[in-house]
Amino acid sequence: MRAAQDADPLVTAERAERRAVPPALDTMLMIGGLVALWQVGTILLGHEALPSPVATVSKLAGIMADEDFPRHAWETARASLTALVISLVAGLAIGLALGAHRLAGEVAEPMLTALYSIPKITLYPIILLLFGLGISAKIAFGVIHGIIPVILFTMNAVRNICAVYLRSARAMRLTAAQTAGTIIVPAAVPEIVSGFRVGFALTLLGTLIGEMFASQRGIGYMLVKAMETGDTGTVMALALLLVVLATAASAALLALDRRLRRHALAS
Amino acid sequence: MSAEHLCLTGVTRIYPATEGHAAVHALGPIDLSLKPGEFFSVVGPSGCGKSTLLDVIAGLARQSAGTILFEGKPVTGEVPDGIGVVFQEDASFPWLTVFDNAAFALRRAGVPDAEVRERVRHTLAFTGLSSFAQAYPAQLSGGMRQRLCIARTLVTRPRLLLLDEPFGALDQQTRLLMGDELLKLWRETGATVLLITHSLDEAALLSDRIGVMSARPGVFIDLVETGWARERDSRLAAEAGFGVVTGRLWAALRDQSIKALAMAS
Repeated sequence: MRAAQDADPLVTAERAERRAVPPALDTMLMIGGLVALWQVGTILLGHEALPSPVATVSKLAGIMADEDFPRHAWETARASLTALVISLVAGLAIGLALGAHRLAGEVAEPMLTALYSIPKITLYPIILLLFGLGISAKIAFGVIHGIIPVILFTMNAVRNICAVYLRSARAMRLTAAQTAGTIIVPAAVPEIVSGFRVGFALTLLGTLIGEMFASQRGIGYMLVKAMETGDTGTVMALALLLVVLATAASAALLALDRRLRRHALAS
Repeated sequence: MSAEHLCLTGVTRIYPATEGHAAVHALGPIDLSLKPGEFFSVVGPSGCGKSTLLDVIAGLARQSAGTILFEGKPVTGEVPDGIGVVFQEDASFPWLTVFDNAAFALRRAGVPDAEVRERVRHTLAFTGLSSFAQAYPAQLSGGMRQRLCIARTLVTRPRLLLLDEPFGALDQQTRLLMGDELLKLWRETGATVLLITHSLDEAALLSDRIGVMSARPGVFIDLVETGWARERDSRLAAEAGFGVVTGRLWAALRDQSIKALAMAS
């Protein structure tokens, strides 16, 4: 139940004041701090163990200019995006179904949670046997990482929908399809976007791990090759690239998430 | 159409026994007839089955026995056309603007866009929400959100309006003013209103007739005619007749409330 005081102008004004620190400044300060810390680490540990920020950026520029790079980047992008789409679409469908059927959801939840917490690398030999050595194995490995949080978040979102929305749907004589499409899904969207955010990060992680084993292509493969030859410069450069990409995507989804939640702020 | 707008005969609701729980006789038998355009309220101790009665009339729950006729047609587990329901909880959809909330039911029913705009504009003006058409429910106060829920129901032009403690979560003063607005809407739409409330004052101020319910299983133990003029508002509270009505309601309810309290503990 929403309390009447939520719309009190005083309360709203106080909230706005608390949020008044410009987020852009916060972000800049944080990035500056991290880079400084990194530089200190380099001085303490030596350039061999931890290449400096400047060296890493120039190394990355070198890697990206290499003629082999687009092929590897494309491979990773293709695999992780495919895995992401499968995770989101299938995860959403399974989550909606499990959320709508209480018993099925209750049976599935502990199994999904257990599956979520085991190191999935133990399943990789099975994946390889099923899908072979090509890109499909990496996509499948990305999917098993990413799909579970999408399912869990969607399922809980559907389960936690206010009962009064569903009663309203019946009072307005909506069909089952109308109720699903115009009430259940929009009511669950903020939670579902949170699930997508976690799912995105894990899908990328899964795809990269997949590329690190039994693979000849992709950023994961470049990483493992650099690790084997002790090329810390390349490892750091690739790690930087992945961090920047993943952070950017995650920040975009987070902004969407916040915007959606603002409408539901007082509930 | 018969002279009665809504007619209940022997309506009973029994929740069947489940594992570890005996069957619960929640409601009835209830006999009740409402005339078209009547404002009828139901008061009763908590847990007496008031909301169950509303659910059964609305077709949101099925009665175990008895018949319900709305405009001469039986109601059986489905909400009939012409009945609008407003719930106690805030049922406004936070992802839609005030305008889209109000338009929701009409759009789902396939009403042409031009007509939707016209009817929503009219209803929002009617409920004093016009200037908030593009706001989201989170930006409104609790009273205004409940007004939006009423607007969302009124826009479908219900001939019977069922209200389940719609002002239950509001403070006393907002409640009185919302009651005045409800009276105005009732006069202007000509709809029949059935209001469930636990507030004796609210029932006494708003209604033509009040049904007093017993502790579970809820049956009517008294029907009180207020005799108010159709033109009325919350200033009735200052009149001598008001005290007579609330006094009679409480006289009927006091023992039942004591019984309900004992049942709960």
